[in-house]
Amino acid sequence: MRVALFLTCVNDTLYPDTGRAVVRLLTRLGVEVDFPPAQTCCGQAHYNTGYRHDAEPLAVQFSDVFRGYEAIVTPSGSCAAMVRELYPRMGERARAEGRGDALAATVAPVAAKTYELTEFLVDVLGVTDVGAYYPHPVTYHPTCHGLRSLRLGDRPVRLLRAVKGLELIELPGAEECCGFGGTFAVKNADVSSAMGVDKVRNAESTGAEVLCAADNSCLMHLGGTMTRLRVGMRPVHIAEILASTEKEPLV
Amino acid sequence: MSGSRELILGRVRRALADVPEDETPYEQAVPRDYGERHGERTPAETVDLLAENLADYRAIVHRTNAPGLPSVLAGLLAARGARTVLVPAGLPSHWLTGVEQVADRAESTPYELDRVDSVVTGCAVAIAETGTLVLDGSPDQGRPRITLVPDHHICVVRVPDQVVSSVPQALRRLTPTRPMTWISGPSATSDIELERVEGVHGPRTLEVVLMSEA
Amino acid sequence: MSGTFLGMPAFPEAARKAVADETLRGNLRHATHTIRAKRARAVSELSDWAALREAGKRIKDHTLRHLDRYLIQLEEAVTAAGGTVHWAADAHEANRIVAELVKATGESEVVKVKSMATQEIGLNEALEAEGIRAYETDLAELIVQLGGDRPSHILVPAIHRNRGEIRDIFRSRMGAWGRPAPEDLTDSPAELAEAARRHLREKFLRAKVAVSGANFMVAETGTLVVVESEGNGRMCLTLPETLISVVGIEKIVPTWRDLEVFLQTLPRSSTAERMNPYTSMWTGTTGSGTADVPRAFHLVLLDNGRTDTLADQVGRQALRCIRCSACLNVCPVYERAGGHAYGSVYPGPIGAILSPQLRGTGSEIDASLPYASSLCGACYDVCPVAIDIPEVLVHLRERVVEGGPVTRAGNKVVLKPAKGHAAERAVMRAARWAFSHPGALRAGQRLASRSRRFHPRTLPGPGRAWSASRDLPALPAEPFRDWWQRTHGGKEAR
Repeated sequence: MRVALFLTCVNDTLYPDTGRAVVRLLTRLGVEVDFPPAQTCCGQAHYNTGYRHDAEPLAVQFSDVFRGYEAIVTPSGSCAAMVRELYPRMGERARAEGRGDALAATVAPVAAKTYELTEFLVDVLGVTDVGAYYPHPVTYHPTCHGLRSLRLGDRPVRLLRAVKGLELIELPGAEECCGFGGTFAVKNADVSSAMGVDKVRNAESTGAEVLCAADNSCLMHLGGTMTRLRVGMRPVHIAEILASTEKEPLV
Repeated sequence: MSGSRELILGRVRRALADVPEDETPYEQAVPRDYGERHGERTPAETVDLLAENLADYRAIVHRTNAPGLPSVLAGLLAARGARTVLVPAGLPSHWLTGVEQVADRAESTPYELDRVDSVVTGCAVAIAETGTLVLDGSPDQGRPRITLVPDHHICVVRVPDQVVSSVPQALRRLTPTRPMTWISGPSATSDIELERVEGVHGPRTLEVVLMSEA
Repeated sequence: MSGTFLGMPAFPEAARKAVADETLRGNLRHATHTIRAKRARAVSELSDWAALREAGKRIKDHTLRHLDRYLIQLEEAVTAAGGTVHWAADAHEANRIVAELVKATGESEVVKVKSMATQEIGLNEALEAEGIRAYETDLAELIVQLGGDRPSHILVPAIHRNRGEIRDIFRSRMGAWGRPAPEDLTDSPAELAEAARRHLREKFLRAKVAVSGANFMVAETGTLVVVESEGNGRMCLTLPETLISVVGIEKIVPTWRDLEVFLQTLPRSSTAERMNPYTSMWTGTTGSGTADVPRAFHLVLLDNGRTDTLADQVGRQALRCIRCSACLNVCPVYERAGGHAYGSVYPGPIGAILSPQLRGTGSEIDASLPYASSLCGACYDVCPVAIDIPEVLVHLRERVVEGGPVTRAGNKVVLKPAKGHAAERAVMRAARWAFSHPGALRAGQRLASRSRRFHPRTLPGPGRAWSASRDLPALPAEPFRDWWQRTHGGKEAR
């Protein structure tokens, strides 16, 4: 199976380790991974901030870059939701504005075959035990897009439970938003920070060493809050945990 | 006044310019695939559920049969120390004995009602799933105000005939244009810290007598 | 009298003060978390919740899409049942109609059932200006009125007050409005409720005119429905001789049967009860005389921005709202910012999409409301009529930054992009350009990576909003695409 990795602009620039982990993990599971270098950004920040018309060319570009693959996998719940849920909506809006079906027709094929990483593993590859080893106490934060847009349900948790050596500790108030919210983090910095602090305090109360999530944007916000609060935990993307093995442990 | 009527209707019509003429009619626009009721129960089990849900919202539930009703009512009123009891015109006269009855008169002022100790009524229908009594102003229930101002309300429900399982079933039994009061437990509020406290303006004590015929 | 929302600062500024107020945060956290868990339990009792939610959504959508027809049908039914129907295009007209109706009775005081519509139009203040005193009779509204305060929640307007604060307000203020609170009043909720009962009872018993809203109006029968808990609604709806109901035009449902959906979803969503203690239904003055329906009934149908909202194909779904406030209770932003920060009688997620549509995005507060959300989607999940609040928020953000055609007071106008977004717009355009040119993006990434040891961990200027409370992530030695190029370069596609 030949799949394209849509890494996302944030991961490409700030979290290349997550990208390398996805490549390692999928390759280990027998998937041929490609990284089309013409990829950039899905346009989520534009769209969610009110610049839908600026997001449209990015959606078209995304569709052009990824059209030829069997599946598109991304280690970001919010970017997966953008492509799958909001691209078709942008198409509908363009149609309602009298601009025809072109956008809807362009985005439809890629929207249908875009998967968030844990969804791809569980639903498409049909695996929950990916042969990982990670001997640490971990608590898991299900991000809003994963929880309420993509309805990932217990997929990430099933994957984590199958990791050898990993102790999964339930996070109190897990379903509450961490407060990142894209430009919300700076437009409403006080509320965003207060939400982040509460999430970090909840994570801290579990006694886990690691706060895991399937989206680095949320982890960037929570990790930045943790170091500021001098909380002795570290944020780790789920891909990096799943990629870790006894032979090649994540350091 | 009529100016604003035309103005608003005109605004509505312009706002809906995108709605096609031949849109799906009401009958087909609303899917009704929700339940007619929740769960399968015998009539007796439905009455049990009603009792359970009434009690859950702090109504005090009693059970009796038709011959036993007068003594149950007399006992409840005596226990309460009620000296005067408000009685709607159509309440069966043999239900109440040995207590001063105050007739519900159209001209009784709210102040007069406020001086009455208790009120006894029947009901139109009771809903088991929600623990609700519906009063529709029929002769055995009287005007809505008589079950509102006095602090103690005793409501007699004929079981199982007057009991339905669900809200949809209750609505079907009722006549929309009758003035109606749906009562689920005594008056309550959640206005202080979202904590439920029973007893604000309506009767603070609601007693329900479930009466079977036999 | 009560405070006003005019001249409110933008949401972020108002929220900053609330976030710093420990007592307020404690009160809100306690209350919202309590009700959240209860609501989830009440909803889980109904196995067909999803079907009820879908039916509620479709009933409301259908009604809105044929609102002209249903308004006329309702008017006919209410009139036939002995009521009088008035139409108010805006708040000013509605207030004038109510004041004239009260004056015509010769009375100078009215008792009020809690009503969002009359809060929205500022009816109490308008009546006061005409020499008419309006007494709020809902416990929470009473707390707000006595405290000279503003409501901060749709269902529980005094949610920002804890029991100790309420006791203090009752002790110091009740005497000025009527029967004083007992000297030895404690902060037990039962005692506080008892004090309110005694204070208000004298007002109920002497009242000749009542003002209410309504939760539902049934077009086919002309029946109005008020859902409540305390019995103050019943007092107002049955004891006075004249009843005036001010109701938004979107509160219609087509048929009696439709109530079977909302009478199941509303109580469970709002107070988390299987059924609220009291629901009153009346049809014009039918039954007046034998039953004690008020002898005169006036229905004031209120537009006040609703038809403008209806004109927006994305935004009109906000008019499905049945005012349950489940979205407030579950919202992490509301929980921390409190209701007052929203600068409207409609706070929380629903307020953030309703206020900028009813009032337009012209003021600072209204232009900031669409951003008062992290788009976490919890509000959409709990909404019993499935309003996609995040979708409307993003749509309204677009209206703020891009402007475009909107309807205001029934007229189509073209909005200019809002001021204050110029820098952001420039950044978004630049980012779009870079993202449309992978080569440029790559060059930027490399430059950033190579200069990374000079990067500060905190930012100056607008970036301070981030780094005031959070460290920046460290930049990696190279972006992923460079690593890929080095290691997989040969088998690159295309």
